[in-house]
Amino acid sequence: MEFGWVLEYRDLLLHGAFLTCVLLVISVVFGFSLAIILAVSQVGDNAIVRWISRGYCTFFRGTPLLIQLWLIYYGLGSYLPYIPGLRASFLWPVMREGLFFAALALTLNFAAYQGEILRGAMLAVPKGELEAARAVGMSARMILRRIWLPRAIRIGLPTFAGEVILQLKATPIVFSVTVMDLYGAAYKIRQDTLLIYEPLLLVTLFYVGLTFAITQAFQKLEKTVPVQRQHSI
Amino acid sequence: MRNETSTPALLVKNVHKSFGNHEVLKGISLAAEKGDVVSIIGSSGSGKSTFLRCINFLEIPDRGTFQINGEEVAFRTGRDGKCHPANWRQIERLRSGLGMVFQSFNLWPHMTILQNVIEAPVHVLGVDRNVAIEKAEALLAKVGLYDKKDAYPAFLSGGQQQRASIARALCVDPSVMLFDEPTSALDPELVGEVLKVIRGLAEEGRTMVLVTHEMKFARDVSTRVMFLHRGQVEEVGPPAQVFGAPTSARCKEFVAAGSH
Ligand SMILES: Nc1ncnc2c1ncn2[C@@H]1O[C@H](COP(=O)(O)OP(=O)(O)OP(=O)(O)O)[C@@H](O)[C@H]1O
Ligand SMILES: [Mg+2]
Repeated sequence: MEFGWVLEYRDLLLHGAFLTCVLLVISVVFGFSLAIILAVSQVGDNAIVRWISRGYCTFFRGTPLLIQLWLIYYGLGSYLPYIPGLRASFLWPVMREGLFFAALALTLNFAAYQGEILRGAMLAVPKGELEAARAVGMSARMILRRIWLPRAIRIGLPTFAGEVILQLKATPIVFSVTVMDLYGAAYKIRQDTLLIYEPLLLVTLFYVGLTFAITQAFQKLEKTVPVQRQHSI
Repeated sequence: MRNETSTPALLVKNVHKSFGNHEVLKGISLAAEKGDVVSIIGSSGSGKSTFLRCINFLEIPDRGTFQINGEEVAFRTGRDGKCHPANWRQIERLRSGLGMVFQSFNLWPHMTILQNVIEAPVHVLGVDRNVAIEKAEALLAKVGLYDKKDAYPAFLSGGQQQRASIARALCVDPSVMLFDEPTSALDPELVGEVLKVIRGLAEEGRTMVLVTHEMKFARDVSTRVMFLHRGQVEEVGPPAQVFGAPTSARCKEFVAAGSH
């Protein structure tokens, strides 16, 4: 085992780890927000909106992430410069980057999966709890905000933890659109030094550590609202 | 005795409701003056819950007129020939003045008992949070749950949960309380503590409509008892009459079976 290269490539590795975290956080936060819209519109009673959301989820869950990423990067990416005014806008430097398209694809994909899970969780909230909310005079919007969504998110929480970890493991795909994330860094080190296992090993440790942190964070979150008595073993 | 000239707390006339082809309510009326305790009894499937849920529009009746504290509920007739609330804002406002207690408690499990109780006053009625907390604590003390106020519902017994849900219903100062078999989901040894709370409310002069299978309790606390059979009022009157000398043969049979 040869780890002398770590110091030399320290900046590349740190920057890669940073990008991996950024992609994860952005896609989880924005993806989750979009998922709420997707889930709510699928349990609502506007047929057109419901149909659009369902179509969205089916498309993004039914096609490989790699293809979505390429469609967005090469397809959308080549049309953006023709949108009037965009080139001159302050957004342009961001939107030119591979990172932007990578984050966009990961977000849209994550939203589709989360939207499905959240929809199921919303349907799993006992009807009586929503009736009690109606009975005290809450409007539909308030029920959604105060009762239905908080309860659904709580029900879905154990599943969300798993989804965030899956999302972490999906991030190396962004290397295929030139984003130098952590996996990209390992790849470059391998090319430069001809070492195969050591860079991969280091990167693996990082992913495992992050997974552990995510698991811990969700466990803490679950404990803050003890909806059920804790089962002792 | 009652003041006959005051507006009735509840005036419901000729309520009809069908589920598909099954006509569950076939023209039921109910008038409750302030301070009345009306018990609704009847066999399973006779339409008791459906009628109670029509009063606060958890079920939308096909036909009928409703006056709550003198305010007429506005309906419009849809293309299907059935009633629809003309104004959901009105429905929501009226609901917030009717306290409902469910058979299965239906507390919100992601909130503590205190949070459950102040939820409607603070977020629906816009009461100041500290004022609501003070009131909620007093109500929780009254139903014997002050020391459980920061617990989550899952950590309470069924009887405690039901008492908490009564406090939740009371915290909006309802003009009428609606109970749908509040003790049917409870273990027998927990029924007493809940009935005691409800009896206390009756003695305070609260207006209540109570669906129950507890015949003895209904006889004790009610000012009027209504016996439903297949979606119709088969017998109605003071408890002494309905339980002691019913005119309807079915009511006689039902009461006799229930008093064992
Ligand atoms: N949402 C619904 N959809 C279809 N049928 C319903 C619905 N709710 C009630 N019913 C039917 O209406 C009839 C009356 O029901 P309801 O719950 O009012 O009876 P109940 O008198 O409260 O009976 P119980 O004592 O068992 O609670 C029953 O035949 C029931 O199956
Ligand atoms: Mg019932």
